[in-house]
Amino acid sequence: MRSPGSAGADLARQTRPPLILTWPAIVAALFLCLPLLAIVLRVPWESLGEILTREATLEALGLSLVTATIATFVCILIGIPLAWWMDWLGRSPHTFRYRVIRSLVLVPLVLPPVVGGVALLMLLGRRGVLGGPLHDLTGISIPFTTTAVVIAQSFVALPFLVLAVEGALRSIDRNLDEVALDLGATPAQAFLLVVLPIVRPAVISGAVLSFARALGEFGATITLAGNLPGVTQTMPTATYVTMQSDPDAAITLALILLLVAVGILFALRDRWTRGVFS
Amino acid sequence: MSASRLLPRTFRWRHFTAIGALLLSFGIAACGDSGKEGSDRKLTVFAAASLTEAFTELGRQYEGENEGTEVEFSFAASSELAAQIDQGAPADLFASADQPNMEKVVDSGMADGAPVTFAGNLLEIAVPKGNPGNVQSLGDLEGEGLIVAVCDFEVPCGNAAREVLGKAGVEASVDSYEPDVKSVLTKVELDEVDAGLVYHSDVIASGDRIESIPIPGEYEVINRYPIVAIKGAGNEQGAEDFIELVLSKRGQAVLEERGFLAP
Repeated sequence: MRSPGSAGADLARQTRPPLILTWPAIVAALFLCLPLLAIVLRVPWESLGEILTREATLEALGLSLVTATIATFVCILIGIPLAWWMDWLGRSPHTFRYRVIRSLVLVPLVLPPVVGGVALLMLLGRRGVLGGPLHDLTGISIPFTTTAVVIAQSFVALPFLVLAVEGALRSIDRNLDEVALDLGATPAQAFLLVVLPIVRPAVISGAVLSFARALGEFGATITLAGNLPGVTQTMPTATYVTMQSDPDAAITLALILLLVAVGILFALRDRWTRGVFS
Repeated sequence: MSASRLLPRTFRWRHFTAIGALLLSFGIAACGDSGKEGSDRKLTVFAAASLTEAFTELGRQYEGENEGTEVEFSFAASSELAAQIDQGAPADLFASADQPNMEKVVDSGMADGAPVTFAGNLLEIAVPKGNPGNVQSLGDLEGEGLIVAVCDFEVPCGNAAREVLGKAGVEASVDSYEPDVKSVLTKVELDEVDAGLVYHSDVIASGDRIESIPIPGEYEVINRYPIVAIKGAGNEQGAEDFIELVLSKRGQAVLEERGFLAP
């Protein structure tokens, strides 16, 4: 990484950008920016206020914010312990177990979300592996509930938090841990009072990334939770169904999600982003 | 970090140039191919999800009779397909599950000629095998304890469901508005919902994986399916021939066998 103080002249002498890199780079940059610009250009400004204050829009936005927030807390609650165990296994001689667990954590990250939805439905559906007995014993059915939305979002968002925190845990000096133990702290105290404060920036950046992923979740949500305004219809689902009948409204919903995404990047702009996935 | 450090020492930019040129030539070749073949050997049919089985069979017949022609289908909710066609999707043909979505395509000026109605369809209540929710009539869909799925109201089957429920004066406690009729059907087949409103043709397509309860005649809503060729997609003759096949005695027999009504 270039330090802010390095002289421009130095850089110019060092590498003259070859043309063969310049043009594809311009294509790539335009490829990434133009579609987003197109949304902004096509926003129906005159009906924007009306669409934004529609009950359906507010319901979907509210539901998305609430479920994504809960999903983020779920990720923090179960993700940090998993990251701790992965780090612990990574330091122990059990490297095989470590690699297996790390691969399992990575799977949802690369899995098409709709496949995650099918998998969750097979597990938690009324006739699912776990959902079947649950439904027979208690009458509780998970699909088509707001809980199902949170589950789908947590499933796709969890790896982001785990990897962020595990990366941070791996880079800290574990002697600190031992010092705390030598000074009479219990292992739980050592974790909560010494280790956790050190990795807090990674927890925050992981949580922000998880929140972003949860907020954008579509495939797993519509497969597991369906689409019911006010209960399971999130912003991405609303954008998708609205696109068929009212493109103007869909573009407006898309603009909101775009602004949230930009806001998240803005929140991550400083030191939090560094070393997250290293 | 500088990029060159990531590459093997022997890697030179001229390799990049060579690879780039190679990829480029592949790209050009591929484009040329598809352009040539696409004009007379491929027929792209956009059809309502409920037509999946019937049109797949007709497509096979068509391919058998027009050697070298490949029929490609895009099955989805008619409203979704109409929106795609409006955005310039390369369809030769559009078969909609209702009139309003066909009108959208006609109004946007994409239709080549006037749409022809080729089939009708009726809604039924589909329930999982064994009818776990003990659904007997439309009125049972009001039960809060039941999990009910219908199509989203933007989609033809959802529009029909709204009309049927309105006629019957039933306020169904819907748990999910699915993006197309096949998603409703799948949820019933998987026994994840207690009841769903789908077409009679979908019930036939599901065979014995589900059970169904017909809707009484006074609440019936018949969906009329129109078909039309789409302008400028490249295979006008193919589109005309396929519409002819759908309207022919043979085509109508296939549709009837799959649970559709005569137009």
